[in-house]
Amino acid sequence: MSATTSNRRIHSKLFYRLQHYSVELACLALGGVLVIWSLLPIYNMWMIALNRHDDIFDGSLWPEQPTLQAFRVVITEDFWYLARFWHQFGNSFYVGVAVSFLTLFIGSLASFTVGRMHLKNGWMLTNAALMTYVIPASFLAIPMYRIMQIYGLANHLVSVVAALTTFATPYAIFIFSQYGKSIPMELDESARIDGANPWQIYFRIYLPLMAPALVAVGTYALLLAWNEYLYNFLLLSTPESMTVAVALAQFLNSDESPWNYMMATAIIYAIPPIAIYYGSRRYMAAGLTMGGVKG
Amino acid sequence: MGRALVREWPPAWRPRGSERAWIAAFLIPYVAVFVAFMAYPVAFGLWMGRSPALYAELVRDPKFLPTVLNTLIYTGVGVNVTMFGAILLSGYFMDRSRWIKALLVLFMLPWALPAIPAFLAWHWMLVGHWGFMNSLLDKVFGIEGPIWFNDYWLALGSNIVATIWKWMPFWTLIFLAGRMAIPQDIYDAADVDGAVGVSRFAYVTFPLLGNLYLICTLLSTLWLVGDFTTVFFVSGGAPARTTEVLATYGTHLAFDSGDPPLGSAAMLSILPLLIPLAILLIRRLRSREVQL
Repeated sequence: MSATTSNRRIHSKLFYRLQHYSVELACLALGGVLVIWSLLPIYNMWMIALNRHDDIFDGSLWPEQPTLQAFRVVITEDFWYLARFWHQFGNSFYVGVAVSFLTLFIGSLASFTVGRMHLKNGWMLTNAALMTYVIPASFLAIPMYRIMQIYGLANHLVSVVAALTTFATPYAIFIFSQYGKSIPMELDESARIDGANPWQIYFRIYLPLMAPALVAVGTYALLLAWNEYLYNFLLLSTPESMTVAVALAQFLNSDESPWNYMMATAIIYAIPPIAIYYGSRRYMAAGLTMGGVKG
Repeated sequence: MGRALVREWPPAWRPRGSERAWIAAFLIPYVAVFVAFMAYPVAFGLWMGRSPALYAELVRDPKFLPTVLNTLIYTGVGVNVTMFGAILLSGYFMDRSRWIKALLVLFMLPWALPAIPAFLAWHWMLVGHWGFMNSLLDKVFGIEGPIWFNDYWLALGSNIVATIWKWMPFWTLIFLAGRMAIPQDIYDAADVDGAVGVSRFAYVTFPLLGNLYLICTLLSTLWLVGDFTTVFFVSGGAPARTTEVLATYGTHLAFDSGDPPLGSAAMLSILPLLIPLAILLIRRLRSREVQL
């Protein structure tokens, strides 16, 4: 009697241990799959960039004679598609940073006014912002192209900055008004009693307390600008005004382009946003977890 | 969090004269941007696509209906696989052991990578006879891979897989944040009631995340319907412009065929589908506090 009980106990112990190991093993296997899944296209980028032009499609799984020549060509602007690479990189940077800052400034001012200055019909503004949040940007590309010509902004970086800021601001307003609810109103009240004007309340109290949300939204706006192709392509067509996004796509105009140069350019182009994302990751998580699900 | 702090102002308090001036000054930047770069283009687009004759012309174009169908398949499959995968994977990443944390950092890489390099990499991985994918299939499994962009379903599938690859990390992170906000005692109670594994997911986690899941699904639907970059760079419409979606098709009509009103009409044609989704989304966003 007691023997069977202990026998069963040993049995179930073994069973649980086996189950534990098999779960662990499945987790490891899934982890392996995820690594391959995430890295395969990125590995392919490096492979093409490190290959010599003639070896790209020779069917090997790693570069037979790896060379950094493609990177050298890009960095020294030694190819005619890339003749103005650093200038265009500067353009991309200018657009990204300008979109980030304008989005933060306009968005935080608007959500401060709606959320904390007891505006009577403030919800109308938030609703208008949400409405634009749901319009796909590409569907406005055609009229936007015409309008930028009317404004005289065609081939001017300002046009792309204006368009992308418009698309990023609704998201900013949405996040800020959610996040702002966690900042006690009493702070504003006491500052007001001490004689602070609304600008001082905004600049000295509201903005510093919003820092995590500002970092999260700033990163979002920068990634949005860095991801955008269609507006860059339509609005900027001279080598002078082009961003790297447009310059990269120029390689596709010919069937015999040096793809290794293109991939090297793509890798260099990808470095800043990845660095910024990993730098601000902690804040991103804070900004995201803040609301989570509140029912 | 902070419910008690979010209280209404006493109704007697109203902005006074100088306060009004501040409000106006603070709102001018947003209102100006909104009118100049949002309201005006929207009105302009609607005005460009106002003529019913344009829609008759669209329907007569043999490419139009297949393009709408492509958009629906691309969005429908893309969104649902992304979302379902993301909510499952978010459970996987809940395990906070060190190597899973490191894996999450790696897993986020596709999202942090800019869209154009990412999709160029996908295109070159699948292109022609000796793209990397086919070399891999040949060397590792001894299979001769297909020419991916010569087959309609393979090309469309490549677009969908690339879009899932790019966006699943982001939504996984959102669901991870959602799961972390679920209090542990709910799970403890479920444990006592014997809900483990699949039933725990089906009866505890999923209902609690249901609202978030719906909002994310709607949002990503709206994003993917208007997606241009993925299709333009991965398949480029190949084979023979059969895998195009409305965004690339409308842009082609407007800028390559030189017919902007027709292009506008093509993009407007999906509005009857988008508007109900947008209204549903806005209602959801306003009724609950959810952060994305």
